[in-house]
Amino acid sequence: MNKKGIEALVGFFVLLGIAALVFLSLKAANLSSFSGGETYALTAKFDNIGGLKVRSPVRSAGVTVGRVASITLDPKTYQGVVRLDMQKSMQFPADSSARILTSGLLGDQYVGLEAGADEKNFAPGDTIKQTQSAIVLESLISQFLFSKAADAGSTPPPAASTANGGKK
Amino acid sequence: MNVLAAIGRYVIDCFRAIGHHAFFFWQLMRTLPASLKRPYFAVVQVHALGNLSLLVILSSGLAVGFVLALQTYYALVTYGAADSVGLVVNLSLVRELGPVVTALLFAGRAGTSLTAEIGLMKAGEQLAAMELMAVDPKSRVLAPRFIGGIVAMPILALLFSAVGILGAYLVGVQLIGLDPGNFWSAMESGVDVRRDLGNGIIKSLVFGVICSFVAVYQGYEAKATPEGVARATTRTVVISSLSVLAMDFVLTALMFSTR
Repeated sequence: MNKKGIEALVGFFVLLGIAALVFLSLKAANLSSFSGGETYALTAKFDNIGGLKVRSPVRSAGVTVGRVASITLDPKTYQGVVRLDMQKSMQFPADSSARILTSGLLGDQYVGLEAGADEKNFAPGDTIKQTQSAIVLESLISQFLFSKAADAGSTPPPAASTANGGKK
Repeated sequence: MNVLAAIGRYVIDCFRAIGHHAFFFWQLMRTLPASLKRPYFAVVQVHALGNLSLLVILSSGLAVGFVLALQTYYALVTYGAADSVGLVVNLSLVRELGPVVTALLFAGRAGTSLTAEIGLMKAGEQLAAMELMAVDPKSRVLAPRFIGGIVAMPILALLFSAVGILGAYLVGVQLIGLDPGNFWSAMESGVDVRRDLGNGIIKSLVFGVICSFVAVYQGYEAKATPEGVARATTRTVVISSLSVLAMDFVLTALMFSTR
């Protein structure tokens, strides 16, 4: 095999590898949603972020409009501070609210944005004022048990309160 | 007394082997810049190690994709989660099976050919003749093969994963009848380019270094007899495979730990 033949074959081999990489990135991974263009940052503070992860989607009416960029803890108010990267093409009114929702019954959690009615839109770097934390299953159950016991008309049985205390 | 001496001798030999490997690696690294001045030799090695391995890598990838799709379908269909077959197969291939199985096949096919070739050159006194002519055999013979292996491995691993996913598509969508839209969109939302693909590529690079280095070392240090070459060849496969699997555990623990 002559020199040109071998070099051509190796070039073909490398090109095949690059094609495999491109196919894997675009068709079989989330690269295409990266190239959504420019983003602007918004901040939201939650009492409990639940199972929210970095790169979780931000959805409004079910459509993905951004991603969670970072999650930190505010050392003064002990609230979770979530930074969101929003697509520049989607502007939201300045009184929109953010909630942490779960996709499906036991799926991944995401940030749901509900548009408000303000005329002004968020400026980059603004904080979302109205937020609602994630639902914690244990508090829901203890609430249910407590209200059930109260409905029955009797004082809540000691078992229920120790169950609450034990569950903490 | 003899047992103690034997243990002591074994441990000292282990340390001596580690030192010898490290020294050899360092010498190989030192010759890399000089050997890159004549890239044609490395290109020939990429052809010999990469191109000529394509048949075994692609057919293995296809077969692994077929089998993975079938098995995950059987396991997931009882939970009604058959739409996740694509995602599970993709993650298994790109994160683990692509780099590891490709490295094992590479060690078996390309590693043995490297060791046998270098061992036979040593047995035929070609390496000694080169040294007599003031040509450094490490730079002329070993370094291009080392570079060729490192270049070929990630490309082969990516091709393995890609062909595996295509095989899973053939079995899942065409044969079993899963929905193609769900198949691809579950992958697109569940597989992260940096975390999964990127880590897989890093793994295949590390495995390429391991397999190429072990093959080249065993060939160079083989006893210059036919029996010595044969033993060196089998040692290449065994040591490469064990190192790759051990390194895979370490890398997986580092890369995919839940933060």
